Amino acid sequence: MSHPPEIRSILATDCGSTTTKAILIEKQGDTYRLVTRGEAPTTVEAPFEDVTRGVLNAVKEVEELRGRKMLDGDRILTPQKGDEGVDIYLSTSSAGGGLQMMVSGLVMSMTGESAQRAALGAGAIVMDVIAINDGRRPHEKIKRLRQLRPDMLLLSGGTDGGAVKSVAEMAELIAAANPKARLGAGYELPVVYAGNSDPAAREIVRQRLGDKTALLIVENLRPKPETENLKPARDAIHELFMEHVMAHAPGYKKLMTWTAQPIMPTPGAVGLIIEKIAKREGITVTGVDIGGATTDVFSVFQGVFNRTVSANLGMSYSVSNVMAEAGLPNILRWVSFPVDEVQLRNRIKNKMIRPTTIPDTLEELVIEQAIAREALRLAFQQHKALAVGLKGVQQERTISDVFEQDESGATLVNLADLNLLVGSGGVLSHAPRRVQAAFMMIDAFLPEFVTELAVDSIFMMPQLGVLATVHEQAATQVFDRDCLIRLGSVIAPVGNAKDGAPCMNVRVKHPDGRVGEAECRAGDMKLMDLPADGDARLEMTVEPDRGWDMGEGKGKPITVTVRGGIVGLVLDGRGRRPFELPKDDAKRIEKLRGWNRALDVYPREL
Amino acid sequence: MAHAYTPGLRVTPQTLVRRERRLPLKGDVLVAVGDRVSATTVVARTLLPGNVQTMNLASALGVEPSDVAGKLTSPIGSIVAAGQVIAATKALFGLMKSEVKSPAAGTIESVSDVTGQLILREPPIPVEIDAFLEGTVVEVIAGEGVVIESPAAFIQGIFGIGGETHGTLVVAVSGPDDELTVDRLSPALEGQIVVGGSYVNHAVLKEAIRLGVRGVVVGGFDDRDLRDLLGYDLGVAITGHETLGITLVLTEGFGRIRMAERTFRLLKSLEGSQAAVSGATQIRAGVMRPEILVPRASSASDATGGGVTGMDIGSLLRCIRGDHFGRIGRITALPAQLQELGSESHARVLEAEIEGVGRVILPRANIELIEA
Repeated sequence: MSHPPEIRSILATDCGSTTTKAILIEKQGDTYRLVTRGEAPTTVEAPFEDVTRGVLNAVKEVEELRGRKMLDGDRILTPQKGDEGVDIYLSTSSAGGGLQMMVSGLVMSMTGESAQRAALGAGAIVMDVIAINDGRRPHEKIKRLRQLRPDMLLLSGGTDGGAVKSVAEMAELIAAANPKARLGAGYELPVVYAGNSDPAAREIVRQRLGDKTALLIVENLRPKPETENLKPARDAIHELFMEHVMAHAPGYKKLMTWTAQPIMPTPGAVGLIIEKIAKREGITVTGVDIGGATTDVFSVFQGVFNRTVSANLGMSYSVSNVMAEAGLPNILRWVSFPVDEVQLRNRIKNKMIRPTTIPDTLEELVIEQAIAREALRLAFQQHKALAVGLKGVQQERTISDVFEQDESGATLVNLADLNLLVGSGGVLSHAPRRVQAAFMMIDAFLPEFVTELAVDSIFMMPQLGVLATVHEQAATQVFDRDCLIRLGSVIAPVGNAKDGAPCMNVRVKHPDGRVGEAECRAGDMKLMDLPADGDARLEMTVEPDRGWDMGEGKGKPITVTVRGGIVGLVLDGRGRRPFELPKDDAKRIEKLRGWNRALDVYPREL
Repeated sequence: MAHAYTPGLRVTPQTLVRRERRLPLKGDVLVAVGDRVSATTVVARTLLPGNVQTMNLASALGVEPSDVAGKLTSPIGSIVAAGQVIAATKALFGLMKSEVKSPAAGTIESVSDVTGQLILREPPIPVEIDAFLEGTVVEVIAGEGVVIESPAAFIQGIFGIGGETHGTLVVAVSGPDDELTVDRLSPALEGQIVVGGSYVNHAVLKEAIRLGVRGVVVGGFDDRDLRDLLGYDLGVAITGHETLGITLVLTEGFGRIRMAERTFRLLKSLEGSQAAVSGATQIRAGVMRPEILVPRASSASDATGGGVTGMDIGSLLRCIRGDHFGRIGRITALPAQLQELGSESHARVLEAEIEGVGRVILPRANIELIEA
């Protein structure tokens, strides 16, 4: 699609499962800046059943706050003429449950896993992985295929030139199940075949599935045991997502005609941004986007990008599932006041049934942030289990790597190597105090040694992700200036000791020559100030006590450079491997209150 | 801000309700446009393909997959009984025989010459769809189902469990504040839809199930009781498939919550009428709320579809979170700028006059509009 020669204004929306967020970017002099944002409840559901309603409401709010016209009735004005309209409109979406897929491979830990990564990489939620060796009997697999009603199915399996028998077996199972798509009873389920590319294998798949499904055949995603080639499958998933799935979701047909670029699944767009940060700065990054229905985790370690979508972990639609999966005691352990179990259960369920409500008292906020810690912890656990030793798109790995991975299942995610942890999503981006976001991420991820923390200022990484595909410069400028808020770093030595025992001494040289010093004892947390400017660089020395390790061995000091940040340096002497909260309620509450005071987390003690 | 609104639940004495009744797979529609149907009239019928059984004949018979088809004793497409021999081989001049018997009754659907796998389809499962709503057939979706229309009182709940049911509405409490207790239940309520007030607990619900009550409509219910009733913690709010022997509809939410006066009054006015009730709830991807429908004689004065209007000064609202949960009020101001809440969050708010409380500031996200 062609754009005006010079882009002056960009409007981008992200249609989340709960909220539709709109941002307005304008060119000011030579740079693009975020000027305002608006939001409104997403309207995929009855009584509206039209996603464009929520988009228009969010844009209406932007219009009001910016004080200039962008809508002409129910139409977004493009391109900008004078002071009216915008030059481009873009959108991402995870509403309507996102893209829900089932994937199948022959061997669970080989093609099954590769297929799963291809689907996750395309921004899908993987409902189930079916493989020849998944331990289920054929009729159980068929039943599962019939029950789940995915949006799409990815069938992989077999290396090129390998046996076709197993491929035929999987295709026959799928044909026997004759699964139906989730949306629109009248259309065929889209199936992507990315397995053994031999003509004989493809022909068998075509024979078995060609009449019953909307079949698309692409290159093998695992052509050799040591090679993974996910891109063709991912592209096919995106194509079918737009053609089949989105076209059947309420209102999307209309929305698709408004946008200058195809609508991108939200996790796909956020992933792009995370990958870009890691590449540009040459660092390891973990990112998390905690939404209403799902929590997406992204990581780049050893140059390998991985993304997982935890389908039923979120803060509104899925809040009750966080309780079901984490268990109530795990949520309650983060709450610094006694809570009645019956009441807490009711509160969580009331949030589930009215997902767009927000906490308006401090007590409710504390509970919401306790639930967020558990949702983040569980999503990260799932991510670690999936981000295992494969070397990504088109990169070779040796057969011995394959066996190593199979035996050890070693995750690529290594907290000791993590440079930057980025949080996005309502509960992190909109936390009333930034230190609350930092604290939630520290408790959920338990970073080790020195880790920088950042948040998406107002939850706009999805929109910038899709913008990066059409206007890299604008996306980068807004990302650096308006999106990424650098919070500071957390210093967490690995080790354990009795409360009050020495843990570490930290010394920081400020750009103005001032030297900050602090001692943190075991079981404590402390906050040291830093310049708020994220571009400031400071030299920091950490001297861990005997028994505590900062990465160089027990008791060995380290000197590193840290960036400025608006929260500061969080010294975490609570211990790692394991990290534990007191079992006794009174002691636990006393501890939580102490940490909240030390970091000035809430305006009053709870 | 005429454009921004928060969807509310519909509670209306008379509206024109349309309900689509669709088969899960194509089948036969049994009624025609213009037909009058009762709630229990079967409007469409189909046969769902039966379950599938698979068997690897190649390994069972010890032959190559490509030879399997020739070993079938019943050809593809034939109907076989459980235990019937469906394939056999002979060796050593017919002295050594291997046979494969059908594990179930069904039809031999296919045999693969690549894998040697046989697919046996069990007999089809008949599925019938009833009208649910007493009314008139206004549309036939060929081979799939119908649309039924009727003027009706329409009450949406916020959460429910259990599927579709019918019965006479009986109000078993004296007011919306009243709890439904065991002493309000009696064998006379068998087959009926019982309206409680603010709350019901697990023990009372169990007693209602024992008495054969078909549905219970109350303001609130404890999540702990829900877990005990279901036997598990409900993670994602997709309900309606439970087979508990009762349908439960909550009009307000979880906890002890006074039923909205307006809802209670309407249900009270409908006492003695036949109601169609569904507990099916899906709060994600095509929201579905539980509902109580009471078909009524047509009235020219109010037979529109209604709908949610915008959030405006004077709009009627209900608080759906926080200290004033469940209370009703009217919007008195809609400031455009964000304001700080008790949690220190900044959000768009509104000012409202709440019954029995006075003027308060509420986040816009924490109210729902009530149809005037």
